[in-house]
Formats: sequence, structure tokens, C-alpha cells
Amino acid sequence: MSTELPVLKPADFASDQDVRWCPGCGDYSILAQMKKVLAELGKTPENTVFISGIGCSSRFPYYMNTYGMHSIHGRAPAFATGLKSTRPELDVWVITGDGDALSIGGNHFMHIIRRNVDVNIILFNNAIYGLTKGQYSPTSKVGTVTKSTPRGSIDHPLNPVSVAIAAEASFVARSIDTNIKHLVKTLIRASEHKGTSFVEVYQNCNVFNDGTWAYAKDKATKLDTTVELEHGKPLIFANGTKGIRLNGFTPEIVDLEKVAQDDLLFHDEKTDNSQLAFLLSRMRYPEFPEPIGVFRDIDRPTYDDMINSQVDDARADKGDGELGKLFSSGDTWTVG
Amino acid sequence: MISVTDQFPPTNKPSESLAGVTVRLAGDSGDGMQLLGTQLTNTSALSGNDVATFPDFPAEIRAPRGTRAGVSGFQVQFSAEEIFTPGDGLDALVCMNPAALVTNLGDLKRSGVLIVNSDSFEAKDLKLAKLESSPLEDGTIEAYRTIKVAMTALTRGAVEPTGLSVKLADRCKNFFAMGLVFWLYGRDVEPTLRFIDQKFSSKPEIAEANRLALKAGWNYGETTEDFASTYQVPAAELAPGTYRNIMGNQALAWGLITAAKLSDKELFLGSYPITPASDILHELSKHKNFGVRTFQAEDEIAAVCSAVGAAFGGSMAITTSSGPGIALKGEGMGLGMILELPMIIIDVQRGGPSTGLPTKTEQSDLMMAMYGRNGESPLPIIAARSPSDCFNVAIEAWRVATKFMVPVLILSDGFIANGAEPWKLPDIEALEKIDIEHPVQPNDGDTFLPYARNEHLARPWALPGTPELMHRVGGLEKQDGTGNVSYDPDNHQYMVETRAKKVELVADFVDPIEVEGSDEGTLVISWGGTYGACHTAVSTCIADGVKVGHVHLRWLNPFPRNLGEIIKRYDQVLVPELNMGQLRALIKQQYLVDAQGLNKIKGKPFHVNEIVDGINAISK
Repeated sequence: MSTELPVLKPADFASDQDVRWCPGCGDYSILAQMKKVLAELGKTPENTVFISGIGCSSRFPYYMNTYGMHSIHGRAPAFATGLKSTRPELDVWVITGDGDALSIGGNHFMHIIRRNVDVNIILFNNAIYGLTKGQYSPTSKVGTVTKSTPRGSIDHPLNPVSVAIAAEASFVARSIDTNIKHLVKTLIRASEHKGTSFVEVYQNCNVFNDGTWAYAKDKATKLDTTVELEHGKPLIFANGTKGIRLNGFTPEIVDLEKVAQDDLLFHDEKTDNSQLAFLLSRMRYPEFPEPIGVFRDIDRPTYDDMINSQVDDARADKGDGELGKLFSSGDTWTVG
Repeated sequence: MISVTDQFPPTNKPSESLAGVTVRLAGDSGDGMQLLGTQLTNTSALSGNDVATFPDFPAEIRAPRGTRAGVSGFQVQFSAEEIFTPGDGLDALVCMNPAALVTNLGDLKRSGVLIVNSDSFEAKDLKLAKLESSPLEDGTIEAYRTIKVAMTALTRGAVEPTGLSVKLADRCKNFFAMGLVFWLYGRDVEPTLRFIDQKFSSKPEIAEANRLALKAGWNYGETTEDFASTYQVPAAELAPGTYRNIMGNQALAWGLITAAKLSDKELFLGSYPITPASDILHELSKHKNFGVRTFQAEDEIAAVCSAVGAAFGGSMAITTSSGPGIALKGEGMGLGMILELPMIIIDVQRGGPSTGLPTKTEQSDLMMAMYGRNGESPLPIIAARSPSDCFNVAIEAWRVATKFMVPVLILSDGFIANGAEPWKLPDIEALEKIDIEHPVQPNDGDTFLPYARNEHLARPWALPGTPELMHRVGGLEKQDGTGNVSYDPDNHQYMVETRAKKVELVADFVDPIEVEGSDEGTLVISWGGTYGACHTAVSTCIADGVKVGHVHLRWLNPFPRNLGEIIKRYDQVLVPELNMGQLRALIKQQYLVDAQGLNKIKGKPFHVNEIVDGINAISK
């Protein structure tokens, strides 16, 4: 017998605060899909916590009627680790951006992932610093002309998915702000995964870096420039006309009129070895269609489970701590 | 079965009774001097002496052998009277090599006992210590009662039956020295024999070798004519109760565990290893059955941030570090402050600036604790005065943190952290509970105001997981009451003033400060680990007829309410500190008094005599 719970709607996850992103910002879509996903998954506002760092995306928690913390720049993973380690029953989300996660917060990003703390990290990648008005970011292409790089940026960009895989991620995915169906599906997968789920979302900053993901978003091009990953299925794109085949360790684009589907690269998100996921993450536009979907989804013990098991085990072994026993452990002597 | 007394018979030599003794054991950092010192301390405490210790070691784990940089020392005073410092001048000095001798001899009293391992004064040893001639032969040691003992050869001979290699045999030298020192002061060897059994339980041949070396050292004292007599230090008259020896970092850890129990909380520590604070992390991580979770973070910043996250979730959250780490934590501490969440931040101070002197003590982080964050960001600051005081400080800090919903900073230092003294076990039943309330329903009709305030200006500590109390906190300035982001100028002024006022209100909650000694003449104001030296110096001066009083500050922010009124009673104020005058600057600023400084920045604690001289110099 089950008790009927009140069904929450996406609007029940909205706070009473006015959303203050620029009109046309990709963040609006991610916010809307997130509310939809939480409602669809039957989550409750009181058991959900959004933690963010600093940047445009990091205003996100203010707009959710859940618990939330708008923390300091780059450190959201550390706050989330402290919270999830002590309150493992909570559903914890980290909202971050390309600068927040990969520049100032690079260290924490790497370490929360290797620890496999059971939180969902959503990285809004717009390849620009929006809140500080348009400097290049660690995901900006070489040569990006901004206020701080009038002759073009000279630093080589990071690939967020590659970084996450190299940091031993148990779940890595990529989606696109305006690809609503795909984004919803991806967020659900991230939420369902136990362990750190990392999702890179291509997000358009229409003020400082408009169109940076246009190739992957525009109807006219997206079928040729992206390939959707599906577990156990071959990598096929361009309306079923093209596929990806492995030539040694190198992927290549092949014409499906000439090559049989069985010869294509089949996606396996469950394989323990991260080489396939890494190889896929290296496929970049314009040489290749960029994979979207789940790169990797494996089971690995979570940090929060283990830190709590150690406490439970210690209590089972030694009994609940008693101060009297602690104080008189070792050598004592009595006066008078 | 052979009893301990058979193996270590009481001396037949004459025995002289002393009120107290200060001994320093000095050798190479690999010579096991810290172990020797700890054993001497424990057995002295167990025999009823009051004890105080000062371990002093290099930052390098194995500094180059035989060099002056590699010298590791352990000083202990054990006494038949109540003592507050590890002692000034040394009554006895044990030196395992020439480097130890030249770097420590200056602290040995004239005609003090100098015991040296004469086997380690070969030409190569002298060269490593950068000595032209042997101090054993060039007159350096003439003023002292020197006893040259061929410890290396004697130890090798003693452990021969175990068949250990020469290299391993030589590592037993410290137990030979221990046997000799224990014999000289009539110390009980039984606790050390127990220690050997436990420590080397998996290596019985090493355990046996150490026992043989210990016994050889003991017998050497009794048999040879080098020593005419032994010394006895009777038990001190401590208050009745059960005692144990405790070190500062251990006492802090236990205080934190106790505070968690008293407040019915699980404890979370986010920490990054750093000297001299790491032992708090080590100690807490041993006690998971008390509901302790320790998180060794990737850096200092993650450590403090994880603690803020745990505090948001309702744990007793702590981060521990030393100066360089606290500098990195500044922004996270500021967030904790504006979020108005209770937590504890511990700074075990060491010599600075920058990496400074990691293993040496200093009190130079007070200004950083006061002002080391961006914006107006005051935090309550409490400082421990001795190793055992750390226990009470930890509990008091958590009491204030939860009452006022504010992060509290605890200042300790390397001297207290590694120092040991007897600690009277508290009556657990008598410890006052720490009541914490978490709201379960809205506080303003149907609405929940996360920044509504009570009479202490504290906001409610509503925890994630509670229906209807969902709220967002963050580093942006927030509107009082709702906690929503606010750029309103008047609200900002109000919030800044309110957060400051909250810290000020702590003064109503803590005990007024008491003066020891005279209520006119000179006032000595001290804080932190210099308590023992200041207290002893003031007592000495009072016995000499000097009009001097002493207040020791436990809370540095806020100052106790009655401090200004106390200061007014005196003609002059002396502030001894192991820094350039940080408390003095705060005192001058707040009370407009021409306080004089007595400042030592040598990485070492005060000698009592230095403070006595300072008091005499300014007292009329």
C-alpha cells in the first residue's frame, strides 16, 4: 500500500526571486529544464540543495525554491563535499561555469570527481567570463579577442569532458542549452547516477560570446556537427548517412553507403576502461562531429558512503564513544 | 620471574631531594630525543610531579646528520610544586653529539650536569658540527659537571646478545641515555617497559635490545663512580583527582569531541595537513566512534569550505590549520561569517611570515585573526593558555559559536600544541550541556525568515531536509530578515553593524577577567601560550616586593567588559608577546593607554627571567 504524495509541478521549484540573467541567456533554458526534471523525478524542495560558486550561472540557487548556497568563486565542490559527507540523504547539485570550475576552481573540480562524491555537477560552458563583462575563459578558443586579450587569447583551452574523464569521473555527459529534450534526458541520467555526475552544457552567452556553439545548435548544421551517444549503439550522424569508425587508435568519419554499420565504433558507456570515453571527448568541431550524451557511466564506491561507513563500522567495533573511557585511556594517576 | 625491581634496583648511592628539575635532551633528529623526552615526562607525571614540556625540533624530518641544523631537543621541567613553564635554565643537559652540545650549552646553568656521548666526538663529528676543536677538550665545558659516557660502545655491548646489526644496535642509544637519566632522578621504569612492549610488539628482538640498553644505562649510573649521588623530586601537591598527561593538540581534539557530545552533534573536520596543527586531524580521525568525520581536503581552501558546507547541513564543523593555511582560508571564513553559521576555525600559530619557522612557536597571527579578511568581517577570537586549557577553550568556542551563530576562531601555538602537562580529568556529568535548536516551522506566519534574529542577534539554524524552511544563503549582502540579495545602502550599513554587534555581545556571555596580584603599579597583560611565563614572572616579582598585577586574556575579540576599568588602576602597562606588539596595538587603540611592549620573535617561548627583567625595568 502506498500513500499518495502530492505531485509537485516545475513551478513548485521556483523561488520568489526575479531571475536577473540577460534576456536571451542560455541559462533560462537550463533553469526551466532543471525544474521540470526535479518535478518529473518526484524530488522534494526540502531535500534538494543547490550549491554554486561565482559567475552568471552561479546565481542559479537563488531562483530555486530549494535549499541553496551561493558560495565563493570556484569552491562549490568543496562546500558540496562537506554537506554531502554529513548529510548523504540530501540531493545535492553543484552549479558552475567554465571559469568557476576550470580556472579558479580547477583543483576542487578535479578532487570532487576523483573522490566520487554523490553530487551532480552541471557546468554551464559559455567559453567566456560573463559576470566580469567578457574576458576569455579557460575554454575559449586560442585567438579569442576580448577586453583582456585585444590581440587574441594565447592560452590553449581545456576540454571539460576530457578533464573530468582524466580525473576518474564515474559519470560524464554533454548536452546543449537549447536542445531541451536532450538536456532533460541528460539531467535525469545525471540525477540517477550514484557518484559524481558531471554534465557539460553548451550554453550561449548572447552578450559577450554570442554564437560560440552555433554550429552545434543551429538546425542547419547540428546534424552534421554533433553525434548523439547511445550505449551499445554505433556512432551515426548526419541523418544516418555518416558514421565514426576506428582506424587504429584514431577515429575517422565514414560514409554509410560504403561502410557497414557493424564496422562502426559502438559506444560503451559502462566499460571500466576510460580510453573510449576519452577518445570520444577528443572529437572536436570542425574535424569531427562533437559527441553529446553520456560518455561514461560506471559504478564506483562514493566518498559519502565510505566516510559514513567508517563511522558506522567504528561504532559497531568499539561502541558509541564514551568520554570517560577516552579520558582515562592510557596512563593515569590519582592524587588525594 | 624477575621483577622490575630486580632488574632496576633502587640506588645505594646517596640521594638529594630537589624541589624541581629542568632537563633537556638534545641529539640528532634521528636520535630519538622526542621519544626519550616523552617517556621522561610521562613517568614523572605518573610519579606525581607537576610537569611542563618544550619539544623543539627542526622542520626537516631527517636534517643532515650531525649538523647543527639537525639538532632536536626536548626540555622538561618536573617539580614538587605547581609549575607553569618548562623552566628557564637547565639543571641537566644530555647531549648525543657535538652539534647538540654547542647549540644547547648556553642554556645550562653554571655547574649544571652535562652528560655527553663521548663516542660521538670524533674528528668527523666535529667537522659536521663545524667545530675546530673538541668542546670536551678545549675548555668549553669547564664550568659544568660533565660526565662523559661512551654510550655508543656501551649500548653495542649491552645489546650484543640480541645479535642486532651495529646499525640497529646504535639506534638503541636513546634507551641507554634514558636508563641513565631515569636512574639519576629515581624515575620509575615500569611505564617505559610497558611502552617498549607495546611499541615493538611485532619486533621482539628490538624490544629486547631496547630493554637491555635501558638497563645498561641504569646500571652504568649505579656502578660507575662518575655519579656520586642521585636526585629525588617528591610528588607535587596537586588538587585531588585523577590526572593524565596531555598535549595541547590532543586536548583541543578531545575538547572538540566533548563539545560535540554536549551539544548532541556529529563532528566534521575539514583539514589540510600543516605543522604544527596536523596532530588535531590525526587525533580526531582516531575517534570515528564518537560520530567524527574527518575530511583531508585537497587544500586549505577546500578544508574551510567543506566545513562551511557541513555547518549548513547541521554538523559541528571545524577546520584546523596554522598561519599560512589561515591566510588561504580568509575568503571561506568571511563566507562563514556572512552566512552566520556556527563553526570553529583553529589556528595553531607558528613562526612567520610566509612559511617562516614551521616547528617554532610565535603569536604573530593575532592581527590576521582580527582583520585578515576582506570587508568588515569580525569574528570572536579565543586563545588557549596552556596544553590542558585547550580542552576548555574548545568547548567554550563551540558554546559561543552556536549561541551567536558565528564562526569562532581559536588561537593556539606550537608551544602549547606540542607541550604537555598534567590534566585533571573533568567530571563529565558536571559539564554543562550546549543547547542547540533547529527550527521546524516558519517563524513569520507562513513564511520563513532565515535572517530573523533573537536577543543574541543570532539567526535560526534551519537545516536542509526541513519542509517549508527552504532558503538560500550566499556571499552577497543580504536583506535582514529575508536573507534575499540586497544592495540597499541602509540595509548594508545595518547588517555590517549587526554582525559586529553580535561579536561584541559575546562579552556579556563570558566571565569578566580577574587580576592576579597587585591592583596598583604595573599591569602585565598577556594572552595565549605566554601565560605560564607571565604568571610565574609576576609571582616572582610580587615575592620580591614589586607592585605588579597580571591579567591574562582568554577572549581577544571581544575584550572582556572590565578590561578598560582594570587598566585605569595602574601606572603602567606591560604587554609581553611573541610578536612585534599585536595585542599591544589593539590595547592602545581601544583604551588609549601607553602600553609598553616586551617582544620576543625568536621562535622560542619566553623565559621567566626575561619577563621579570621587563617588569622590573618599567616598575617604579
